[in-house]
Amino acid sequence: MSTTELVTTEGASARRRKFVGVAQSKTLLLLAVPALIFYAFAVVVPAVRGAGLAFTNWDGLSRTYDIVWFDNFVRIFTTQSSLDALKMTLLFAVAVTVLQNGIGLVLALGVNSGLKSQNFLRVLLFAPVVITPVVVAYLWKFLLTPNGAVNSLLGVVGLEAGAPSWLGDPFWAATSVVSMIVWQHAGYSMVIYIAGLQSIPQEINEAAAVDGAGAWRRFWSITWPMLAPATAINVMLTIIGGLKMFTEVFVLTGGGPGGSTETLSTLLYKSAFQFNEFGYGIAMALVLAVIVIIFSAAQQRMTRKGGA
Amino acid sequence: MFRYTKATFSREVVMLLVALVFVFPIYILVNMSFREANDPTSLLLPTMQPTFENFVEAWEQAGLGPALLNSAIVTVTSVVLIVLISSAAAYPLARVMSRLSSTLFWIVLVGMMIPFQVALIPLYQTMRDLHLLGSLLSLILFYTGSQVPFSIFLYTGFLRTLERDYEEAAALDGAGTFRTFVSIVFPLVRPITGTVVILNAIEVWNDFLVPLLYLSGTPQQTVTVALYAFVGQFVSNWPIVFAGLVISIVPVLAVYFLMQKQIIKGFAGGLKG
Repeated sequence: MSTTELVTTEGASARRRKFVGVAQSKTLLLLAVPALIFYAFAVVVPAVRGAGLAFTNWDGLSRTYDIVWFDNFVRIFTTQSSLDALKMTLLFAVAVTVLQNGIGLVLALGVNSGLKSQNFLRVLLFAPVVITPVVVAYLWKFLLTPNGAVNSLLGVVGLEAGAPSWLGDPFWAATSVVSMIVWQHAGYSMVIYIAGLQSIPQEINEAAAVDGAGAWRRFWSITWPMLAPATAINVMLTIIGGLKMFTEVFVLTGGGPGGSTETLSTLLYKSAFQFNEFGYGIAMALVLAVIVIIFSAAQQRMTRKGGA
Repeated sequence: MFRYTKATFSREVVMLLVALVFVFPIYILVNMSFREANDPTSLLLPTMQPTFENFVEAWEQAGLGPALLNSAIVTVTSVVLIVLISSAAAYPLARVMSRLSSTLFWIVLVGMMIPFQVALIPLYQTMRDLHLLGSLLSLILFYTGSQVPFSIFLYTGFLRTLERDYEEAAALDGAGTFRTFVSIVFPLVRPITGTVVILNAIEVWNDFLVPLLYLSGTPQQTVTVALYAFVGQFVSNWPIVFAGLVISIVPVLAVYFLMQKQIIKGFAGGLKG
């Protein structure tokens, strides 16, 4: 995803050979028109209109609305419910990023350590990634009901009495959302880490082993630094995914109990479509967009500084 | 490097146990869908009197037949459109060195950053004005347009690694722009087309928010919104709900197990920038 890289390859190939003439390049660019029309219709035009509507009090139905300037944004940063949603959005993103990638890395190291069942394990651990999120959310909702499978499991080891109300308690509801997402996507982080591990030349590890470096030492001095590109991709994916997630929260907790797991995505959906406050909802979407862009940019910067 | 030692064996055992924990929720899902409502055996044990009744009931009550068909239509149409227009657009964007070309490429890249909710809500009104709410076309238009940036990104990245020799040979033989694209470039980018198809198909098939917005309150349903409405009705009858969930993921899992190599490769490699 490095953008500077794209520019330099462009320049290099232009110097190398100037094959496509000016006259021809015009007709060639016509091939891009259909894609640009679809893209403009579905993304560019609505996004630009949305950016404008965020400064109005449009209810989504009427033909008219007033310009309220920054009122929607002021409201987002002064209302308890949206501030809580903002906090929860960031908290979820950070928790998912750390846990999903940590577990993904451990799974990758395990699977990629010369096991006979390597392929079998990879297929099983990755399977949750392709399952429809709505299905996953209903499945977990059942697992976590008072008579559900999680409490049955706890009953087997005699701990049922201490089980909290998983989805009825704010802390455990948030923990459940994070656990579910990590369960579903850890396999994704894992396959990216496996691809990273397989690109590390074995000779380096062998040479270090000959020099007497233990497994722990080899991991921190060789494997971990050489996995930096994989970590960068994984962190990027999980941060953006974590910030934007909607379905998981909407179906599993509905933002509850008492709004405690509401995120910007679920709150903006409710504002726009249940409370007919389109302007306010779009303002929230815009705040979310800015947060995503800031995180992506910061992450890119850190990756480049790290020399990856 | 890896010799199979006792340590390897113990790692193997530990990893298989971990995999068991991972599969546990899916086991519960399937086991539950075969149970009768009053089955006395513990949830954790395989049921002794499996029944198919739940599947029959779920299939009828949730309208899963039409919903699966709708999801299939939306997914196939969107993916075909995405592949055709994105590969066609990527060819000039990767090859033409003009300022216009690189400006267009940047505009497309920006689309990968925008969270789709920003566009989704204003587009709702446009769809309503065009009387497209409640039609599958609204979904196809949205998915095709919104997945274009990512797909173009993958195609241009791949095209830039390819030499131009074949295209030049075709041009020398008198093939026009369009002809060159169809018979030379499109076949050459086939490896990345596989990735584009896999990632987009899973994204479109599994999506919930867009059909929830654009189809709600209409008879048209895709699988995800059909399940959502269905669970709303049968909320405490878990065996029937689970039978519905199982039906809906069978196509996905069947494709996954048949093509697991390509799918995992698509996910692992698709995002290498």
